[in-house]
Amino acid sequence: MSGVRRITYRDAVREAMREAMQKDERVFLMGEDVGRYGGAYACSKGLLEEFGEERIRDTPLSESGFTGAGIGAALGGMRPIVEVMTVNFSLLCLDQIVNNAATLRHMSGGQFSVPVVIRMATGAGRQLAAQHSHSLENWYAHVPGLRVVAPATVEDARGMLWTALQDPDPVIIFEHAVLYNEEGDVAAEGPWNVDIDRAAIRREGDDATIITYGGSLQKTLKAADALAEENISCDVLDLRTLRPLDTERILASVAKTHRAVIVDEGWRTGSLAGEISAQIMEGAFFDLDAPVERVCTAETPIPYARHMELAALPSVEGIAAAVRKTLRR
Amino acid sequence: MKDTYDGVDLTAEHARELAHQMILIRRFEEKCAELYGAEKIRGFLHLYIGEEANAVGVMQALAPDDNIVATYREHGHALARGLPASEVMAEMYGKAAGSSRGRGGSMHLCSADHRFYGGFAIVAGGLPLAVGLALADKMRGEDRVTCCFFGEGAAAEGEFHEALNLAALWKLPVLFVCENNGYAMGTALERSESDTDIHRHAESYAMEASVVDGMDVLAVEEATRRAVSKIRAGEGPYFLENRTYRFRAHSMFDAELYRAREEVKEWEKRGPLVQFKPWTIEKALLSASDYEEIEGEVAGAVADAVAFAEAAPWEPVEDLLKDVMTPAEAKS
Repeated sequence: MSGVRRITYRDAVREAMREAMQKDERVFLMGEDVGRYGGAYACSKGLLEEFGEERIRDTPLSESGFTGAGIGAALGGMRPIVEVMTVNFSLLCLDQIVNNAATLRHMSGGQFSVPVVIRMATGAGRQLAAQHSHSLENWYAHVPGLRVVAPATVEDARGMLWTALQDPDPVIIFEHAVLYNEEGDVAAEGPWNVDIDRAAIRREGDDATIITYGGSLQKTLKAADALAEENISCDVLDLRTLRPLDTERILASVAKTHRAVIVDEGWRTGSLAGEISAQIMEGAFFDLDAPVERVCTAETPIPYARHMELAALPSVEGIAAAVRKTLRR
Repeated sequence: MKDTYDGVDLTAEHARELAHQMILIRRFEEKCAELYGAEKIRGFLHLYIGEEANAVGVMQALAPDDNIVATYREHGHALARGLPASEVMAEMYGKAAGSSRGRGGSMHLCSADHRFYGGFAIVAGGLPLAVGLALADKMRGEDRVTCCFFGEGAAAEGEFHEALNLAALWKLPVLFVCENNGYAMGTALERSESDTDIHRHAESYAMEASVVDGMDVLAVEEATRRAVSKIRAGEGPYFLENRTYRFRAHSMFDAELYRAREEVKEWEKRGPLVQFKPWTIEKALLSASDYEEIEGEVAGAVADAVAFAEAAPWEPVEDLLKDVMTPAEAKS
């Protein structure tokens, strides 16, 4: 079919950065190994040659220093894209993100805004064990002053960056590490920018709503496929934006299906799934025909061994079982 | 004090401005302490009394277009930078007419008009941000210096080292001003640093640095002018270690159990005004009656600031969530 190209998620991220840098000279990329190395996940491979060292800026291993510098550069009129290798490493720059980026606008009485975009890889599934595999999106989604997005599809990876760069407030983009090699279709020609205000309905059904985001979307769609063979049809909602949540679309779907399952790679305790469950209880309690189910990561640091890692994470079977439970099947 | 100071224009007018600013900061803060006791000002209140020569001397060497990043002990910096005393006082009160609409308070004075990016209250948290402001200026070809103030306690933080390294590595136009008052809250420098010569950290990042008498406003101005001219010439960042002293408690909750009263008294003898006033009189730059006149002007300005803050309205509670995010209508 003409008008569509098949590319990987990694290509989509790279194309999006390339396009942004071509369109807006204020945009630059900064982070560990984004230049000569080409990015830890090869997202910026080739960009150094095209844009030079000023705009594809390798940094020392100073997460707080360069993330803070990105925040400062945004205050100073630039549109930086800061790449943090993984969400686990971002704990070293939490101070800058939470105490500076998220607060400055409000704390200054609206005088300053911080149009920085911070991209980071998240999630497990590659046997990287307990310091490279966690899903801490919810930590950021907890914080007023930030917008948090999680592109789950190649199309969204291609389109969300430009939308995020237009936002005058700080945006954190979470890219699930298992997605980088995934292929998907994008329009051959732009504009590619996508709406990041609304959750996307990835599949429609009437029996249950499955709400998910990021790296869990593909598992959820597979579970929905399996359930379809049992004549269970599901609405699959891809949140896309984790803060602010599209509560309206969540509640509308639950009002239609009367059952909700939330799939979230974060740990269950204190999870985004817990927040969504609470919103459903507050806004759609009398629409529910069954308790809300949550499919989350087991309460353990992510183990190295493959079978143990898989056992810790949400699975297709686990998602399908949770949906059946809401239907008492 | 010295007889002459390189690059400092020692006219009567200039001496008067320095004296006026230092006295304004002193009287303003004395009033703040009183208003704290009267519960008009709440939260944390960190007084700069004793350290005035630093903010006043540094600001003299900066242009209106330069950027300022300060700490939670920043009343003096805000006033020396030219933020109206009335708006700073209204901020202390938490009023909507305050420089940060009452959202920031004493620790977070901000003014976009003055390129005063704020008081930052996480020790060393402002340093990476200052590096970023300077990076933006360098990338945009702006001839601007970013001046970043912090205390010597910041030298123990990782962000201090990360920021110094980045600024030196990328040759960014940052003036780092360490106001070394000897105590990180109640912890004496020699109890927290293996090397108490803070400026030596800068040298370890191949950054030029010097030590300044932070009780002598002219020495501070002299050193800052020299540093800023090097930065503007494209020589990269510069680090000043200003040796100074805080005469008052760390904050209003501090019982000062960690230092001897005699030590405070010794430093008070070297107070910035204690030194500057007789020096300017001896040099015939200012007279005793000039000082009386300045005190009168300052008393009027402080009284006006208090009256302004008292009369100013509170922000309506309905605005609580305003400016957490940019409103949709303001987005392009």
